[in-house]
Amino acid sequence: MAYLQRKAVDYLARGLCVTATVVAIIPLVSVLYYVARAGVGGLSWDFFTNLPAPVGETGGGMKNAIVGTLILVGLACSFGIPLGVLAGIYLSEFGDSKFGRAVRFAADVMSGVPSIAVGIFAYTLIVLSMRRFSALAGGFALGVLMLPTITRTTEELLRLVPATLREAALALGVPKWKVILRIVLVTAAPGIATGVMLAVARVAGETAPLLFTALGTRLWSTALDQPIGALSVQIYTYAVSGYDDWHRQASAAALVLVALVLVLNIGARITFRARGESR
Amino acid sequence: MSTARFRQSRPMQSVGRGSGEQRATEMSDANEKMRAEGLRLYFGKFAAIKGVTLPIVAEKVTAIIGPSGCGKSTFIRSLNRMHELVPGANIEGRVLLDGADIYAPGMDPVRLRRRVGMVFQKPNPFPTMSIRENVLAGLRLNRIPFGDAHDVAERVLKKVALWDEVKDVLDRSGASLSGGQQQRLCIARAIALEPEVLLMDEPCSALDPIATAKVEELIHELADRYTIAIVTHSMQQAARVSDYTAFFYLGELVEYSDTNSLFTKPNDSRTEDYITGRFG
Amino acid sequence: MKKHTDREYEMELEQLREHLLLMGAKVEEMIKSSIRALIARDSVLAQRMIEFDHQINRLEVDTDEHCLRVLAKRQPVASDLRFITMALKLVTDLERIGDIGVNICERVLELNEEPPLGKTDASIQVMAEAAEGMVHDALDAFVQGDVERAQQVIARDKIVNDMYTQMFRALLTYMMEDPRNIYRATRVQSIGKYLERIGDHATNLAEMVVFMVKGKDIRHPASREGAAKSTRS
Repeated sequence: MAYLQRKAVDYLARGLCVTATVVAIIPLVSVLYYVARAGVGGLSWDFFTNLPAPVGETGGGMKNAIVGTLILVGLACSFGIPLGVLAGIYLSEFGDSKFGRAVRFAADVMSGVPSIAVGIFAYTLIVLSMRRFSALAGGFALGVLMLPTITRTTEELLRLVPATLREAALALGVPKWKVILRIVLVTAAPGIATGVMLAVARVAGETAPLLFTALGTRLWSTALDQPIGALSVQIYTYAVSGYDDWHRQASAAALVLVALVLVLNIGARITFRARGESR
Repeated sequence: MSTARFRQSRPMQSVGRGSGEQRATEMSDANEKMRAEGLRLYFGKFAAIKGVTLPIVAEKVTAIIGPSGCGKSTFIRSLNRMHELVPGANIEGRVLLDGADIYAPGMDPVRLRRRVGMVFQKPNPFPTMSIRENVLAGLRLNRIPFGDAHDVAERVLKKVALWDEVKDVLDRSGASLSGGQQQRLCIARAIALEPEVLLMDEPCSALDPIATAKVEELIHELADRYTIAIVTHSMQQAARVSDYTAFFYLGELVEYSDTNSLFTKPNDSRTEDYITGRFG
Repeated sequence: MKKHTDREYEMELEQLREHLLLMGAKVEEMIKSSIRALIARDSVLAQRMIEFDHQINRLEVDTDEHCLRVLAKRQPVASDLRFITMALKLVTDLERIGDIGVNICERVLELNEEPPLGKTDASIQVMAEAAEGMVHDALDAFVQGDVERAQQVIARDKIVNDMYTQMFRALLTYMMEDPRNIYRATRVQSIGKYLERIGDHATNLAEMVVFMVKGKDIRHPASREGAAKSTRS
């Protein structure tokens, strides 16, 4: 009797878990569905190759915004990745001091700071001193947003490298810095790459900090010291406008952005698993 | 018929007296490669090693035995300054390698470790490197020129009797081998640097009996060219592979002797108790 | 001294000790009874003692098996190793003494058919007591781990040997006096020889005790000296 009872309870619990999972996935699925449905109509070759049309006219594309997003992400990476990885190395190899603990705490806090606050920081630091809005400021803001994620991921993954590997390398008479660089980092590299990809995915869709750093523009621009367009900003601008055509384009842009984030996430997963299998 | 006398029977006494340090000093007429003198090692306030004087005879195998926590692993790590990885470790006394103190102010621990190699308890080949790369890792990372990679790898892998088993799969990851093979690969990696001394910290603890036998066979062969010091918790293994044995207890050297004597008639009653299983 | 952490191991060694002592006790009984059979002219006793040897032989087999089991299971070292390897040898010597006892009893059976030969009974008794005393003390030394006692036993071997030499001369005299004495004299001489060999075996036991306790092998000192000289030259 007790056995049947236990089985019943087991099924009930399992059913509850499955239901909860489904409920949790619904928002994700519906967002994807909605964005896809709304945006697929606006996708066309023009969308990717044309510049925005003058206000009021229909047609035109988002070439500048797409390129702009790529440039901004590139700037963010060039700033965030080296700094983040180095900070992660410091924390994992030397971070058992008071200073290390402070840095770690700071990184954790930073990952919770609202992105708009980071934007204001970049505004104050770069926009005001350069006296102009620029891609540099936007890239900087995005880089700062990436920093805590990359730092903590790097640190965690480096700590996962077993001490026995470090010992083995040290016992071969290899100096500590070389051990970190050539053995520890290399072993953790696939995991760090995954972390970086996830950080990029997060940052690619940020809107608020770009509003007053890169500002956004509907003109073609790739100069780093000038305002630059970005998909996220463009979506905002178009969505709050009154033009239907712009609404359509905004949806299409949203679709492109979501697709980008999805591709990055899936790519990260594949790299991570591929590394796991080769062990 | 009187069988009552067995109730009075008194068990064997141990053989003689004489401290481990005395014997260690007496036996130093043999050719010494390394020598610890008055070695004291502290982790913070805790004294892990309390004044040890012990020779490591050249081109012979010295085994170090003792119960858990007796300081044997700590001692062997002090022979190539690996204990310095633990924060709060400090050391008094000297450790001589060919007569020169390795703790003297000018001595570089990194260079020392190229002369005094180490093999660990858990086999630890570099997982991101292939078998061939693992063997050559020490040479490559230290920028030591070595001629043809394939020849060197073959020579070293033959020395550890691993060549026949891996010669067709040299590009596979080092971690794809069995435990015993991995450990022999680690030994190969260590001796590729042609160290003068090879330290082994319980190298067979994680291996099955057959792999253990193969590694012990390897130790026999290597002993002709290298000086070997091995920490082991298996007394039978110490008896099998070593020429000299040192018994540590609570951070002190209790007895040091040639292996045959120590296992048939030890001097100190603590040694007797430990090796016959009368501890605790 | 401490006991083995593994109680079963401790028990196995204890059992081995008991076996050895039991065998020793039976062997002593054998010697005493065989001489009593001579003095009291008790052929029934002599016959019984010949059968008694089977018990001693069985004990040898059992003890050997026990030792092998312990060696395989425990891989003993140091004092345990010396004890067990010596036990294997002790058992052999004890069994031989038992066989010698049988031989003595066989001669006794022959002699009991005849009248006693002069004062030989008395001298046999003295010698038997000496030899049996050596065995007894060697076993005591083993039990107590008493090296000095063992060394005293070794020293007494000479006494037994001298007794034999004296007895042999006396017997020669008897034989030369009267050829009809030859049958009995030769039997008595055999018994004397057997007792002298028991003394030798007891000496072996004592030497083993010294090795067990001190780890020093004191056998064949003369041969060792020869070997040492030849390695030096």
